[in-house]
Amino acid sequence: MITKRDVEHIGWLARIKLTEEEKSKFAKRFNSILDYFEILDEVDPDVPPAYNISGLMNVFRADVVRDSMSQDDALGNAPKKEGEFFKGPRVV
Amino acid sequence: MNVSEARKRAEDESTEEVVMSLFDNIEKSELNAFITLAKENALKEARRVDRDGAKGALRGIPIALKDCISTKGIETTCGSKILKGYVPPYDAHVVERLRAEGAIIIGKTNMDEFAMGTSTETSHFGPVKNPYDLSRVAGGSSGGSAAAVAGEGVPIALGSDTGGSVRCPASFCGIVGLKPTYGLVSRYGLIAYANSLEQIGPFACNVEDVALLLDVIAGYDPRDSTSMDKKCEYTKELRDDVSDVKIGVPKEFFGEGIDEGVEKAVWDGIKILEDMGASYTDISLPHTRYSLAAYYIIAMSEASSNLARFDGLRYGLRLEKDEDWHTTFSEIRACGFGEEVKRRVLLGTYALSAGYYGKYYLKALKVRTLVKRDFDAALKDVDVLITPTMPFPAFKIGEKTDDPLALYLADVNTVPINLAGVPSISVPCGFVRDLPIGMQIIGRHFDEGRILRTAYTFEQRSGVSC
Repeated sequence: MITKRDVEHIGWLARIKLTEEEKSKFAKRFNSILDYFEILDEVDPDVPPAYNISGLMNVFRADVVRDSMSQDDALGNAPKKEGEFFKGPRVV
Repeated sequence: MNVSEARKRAEDESTEEVVMSLFDNIEKSELNAFITLAKENALKEARRVDRDGAKGALRGIPIALKDCISTKGIETTCGSKILKGYVPPYDAHVVERLRAEGAIIIGKTNMDEFAMGTSTETSHFGPVKNPYDLSRVAGGSSGGSAAAVAGEGVPIALGSDTGGSVRCPASFCGIVGLKPTYGLVSRYGLIAYANSLEQIGPFACNVEDVALLLDVIAGYDPRDSTSMDKKCEYTKELRDDVSDVKIGVPKEFFGEGIDEGVEKAVWDGIKILEDMGASYTDISLPHTRYSLAAYYIIAMSEASSNLARFDGLRYGLRLEKDEDWHTTFSEIRACGFGEEVKRRVLLGTYALSAGYYGKYYLKALKVRTLVKRDFDAALKDVDVLITPTMPFPAFKIGEKTDDPLALYLADVNTVPINLAGVPSISVPCGFVRDLPIGMQIIGRHFDEGRILRTAYTFEQRSGVSC
């Protein structure tokens, strides 16, 4: 059973600030969705998990220098920048 | 307008006329199929084609792209407020291929926010309307691409399919849509929702145009580490012959909740193929009942990780005032994401959090193994599987928005295909209460040629087309 407090904690983990109204609404909905997920308790599969379907593992590229995006292009969509840097909020 | 009609019209009049007439249709339309139009560039390109001629398999053919596919110089929002104004500095692999083959990009189509939906109602830019009935949904999440083809005369379009997002709107709008085998089409430049499940896929009025578009977009790309070099020439597979095809009909896909009219139309479709010489047997995919839960757990978990990149630092929405690091990001994401995106990111975060990983995520991955084994076993005995694409025709706008679980259940016949990674095509197979229905034809991994041929043969006989 997910409570409003649990939702608040998950919101913190996911870095999404939630209003009081959202917390109540999500708590209610989450319980019905998680109840539906209980269907998986009917199976206890002793099989390996399929992280992806292709069976590919550890695909490497050659370790050679390639052209990359220009600094202007990389900064082109940044809402806040300073000189040649992205400008983030203060860390501490 | 299909591709050959567009070509003929370009020869008789001009490519500019073809492109101009589409913008007229789109601007007059009430469907809300597009988020961004690339009118100036498209007309410039069309005039260049008229003047200098053009090369390539899609020379001068207009195409619409789902707004989660990166287009250099054209705004790409993913249907979200958080990416409003974002102009990608590079093209997706599929866009490079389209440009190299001479296609003209006319705009970016409306979609469920971050492709999370079955009805294109979660878009920040409003719902897409169904061309057959404006009070109904066009399906989702690639609803804009399907509506543009079905209702606005756009010859071809691309969508993306994570759990049915190409096949569902193809079914609801009465057109053809294909989800390729996982790994056939590069995902480089596709804004990720659930990257172990999704593929970019083509839409068109007929099977031939879908095969033509697949010819262009399929192929190996080292920038997507799951890309595989398995491409064929799909247009060459289109023979009007299914006499060697063994069809399997999985009973689990005709279960509770399937509309009677839909069920009948699909059985009539199977009968047509049988009359053409195909054989059919009833089969079972026993783990189908667990697919939907496993799918949603995997998709939400991957979404919670993929969408962590949207923090307003390098692109996207940023609020005026900065607080400390965590508060700033939490407020940007609160303001930029819609309700369904928040729901899936939060549930995914929960499913991956300490103490629940084994119960949800790991369990879902094991169920994926079981589902894949079901398909592998079934497709040893038969060549293709046929099912209804959607359990019912297009529903009313707003009908399911209050109950997320009811909307998730609509994906019951499409998500197992993404879990197994196999290819699947939806072709129109009739109408119920004047609304189109899609028949889903599923194949072995990288056996797109055979499902396209089966769909093509069906289309020649059924007399249903858009």
